[in-house]
Amino acid sequence: MIAESYSLFKKDFHSELRTRYAINSLAMFIIVAISVILFSIGNETISSSLTGGLFWVVIFFTAMSGLARAFVSEEERGTTLTLQLIASPSTVFSGKLIFNMILVFSMNFIIAIIYSALFENFIVQNFSLFLVTFVLGNIGLAVASTIIAAIIAKAGAKGTLYPVLSFPILLPLILTCVQLTLFSFDGTSFEESKFELAIVVGYDVIMLTASYMLFDFIWKD
Amino acid sequence: MAWKIFLFILLAFVSIAGIAFPIVEKPSTWYEFPFIPGLEENAKIIFFHVPTAWLTVIAFLLSTVFSFRYLRSKNLDDDAKAYSAAQLGMVFCILATVTGAVWSKFAWGQYWSWDPRQTSIFAVLLIYGALFALRSSIESEDKRATLSAVYSMIAFVTVPFFIFIMPRIMKGLHPGSADDTNAGPIVDFKMNSNMQLIFFLSMIGFTILFFWMWRVGYRSIIIKDKINKQLTGHSAG
Repeated sequence: MIAESYSLFKKDFHSELRTRYAINSLAMFIIVAISVILFSIGNETISSSLTGGLFWVVIFFTAMSGLARAFVSEEERGTTLTLQLIASPSTVFSGKLIFNMILVFSMNFIIAIIYSALFENFIVQNFSLFLVTFVLGNIGLAVASTIIAAIIAKAGAKGTLYPVLSFPILLPLILTCVQLTLFSFDGTSFEESKFELAIVVGYDVIMLTASYMLFDFIWKD
Repeated sequence: MAWKIFLFILLAFVSIAGIAFPIVEKPSTWYEFPFIPGLEENAKIIFFHVPTAWLTVIAFLLSTVFSFRYLRSKNLDDDAKAYSAAQLGMVFCILATVTGAVWSKFAWGQYWSWDPRQTSIFAVLLIYGALFALRSSIESEDKRATLSAVYSMIAFVTVPFFIFIMPRIMKGLHPGSADDTNAGPIVDFKMNSNMQLIFFLSMIGFTILFFWMWRVGYRSIIIKDKINKQLTGHSAG
């Protein structure tokens, strides 16, 4: 199953490299979103708590702009039926999840670099805590947005519905990640932030389990 | 029929008692409520705010249970039940938000302060809104039922985070928050017995009312579907 998921991922990866649709739109969206924030700030210096919040705002909206592609593209090209024939639902989900996971990690890595270059108060005191938050938050974001993307692709209404459906699902994750990012700015230790970390880990595990259990129902219609 | 009259009398009594019974320092007769420091005259809204919030949760739970049953049985009646519960849940969710905001204005000084419970009711409101947006975007009945069932189950697994975890990590104003010094719900300690009685009568009355409305709601959806099918069947045949 792992080999099959990997070959599915490779298929997505190659077709993405051919069109570069998701990569281009994500990259442009990051630039647009951050420049809007920079223009609206002007010459003022914003506090570190606001910087941490805006960091996750950009991450959320960038994810919403590009991650629905994974399943919508299959519906648009009419290749859903072929995929249903050749692979089991959990294989398909794993393949798409790996693809989205890599997209989320690379895009958030770029956002983090741009933030640390352009925002004065983006100073991480506890770097390992920031890294753990970043990794766990990205996993949760990728899982939740992949399963919602599957629903959106089947629903046929692609654009506007995606952030509407994703936001309530992602809210606990984003709230906790903003909190943890602020902790890493303040230099809070792991010991003090372990409850928040446990929430993010719990969210990732629950979302992953629920997604694998429910994907069968979405995929087979 | 008898139970409808009983329900009418119960809710009429609860409304009158909840609004009209005076709050005094030392209650001596059965129709006087005790004076609770920090709540004062605002305490009366508890008879209406708590049941609506409770029914929001019950409706959400029912909606998820019947979504789960739909996914197992593929019976559209279960979807009608889940949808009807979600509709009522939305109504009670708005009522709970509004009564809560009014209470918050008089007890804490502003309508909205992103207290954890306010955050979670806002999230529930968003989930219901998203569910209806999803439902209205899909034409095919089976597909609509399946996808909204899956979505409400995914939404349901996030609920423990809002209900049990958020209020305990964020600073809050509701009883039972992380920094609450009163240690525990008001119901246990500060209400006297007649206030508790009215409170629980109100909970029971509103719950019966909810199940009645729910039954009317899902039956009308099922009948509407049946008539629609007959009409389209005739025109096609």
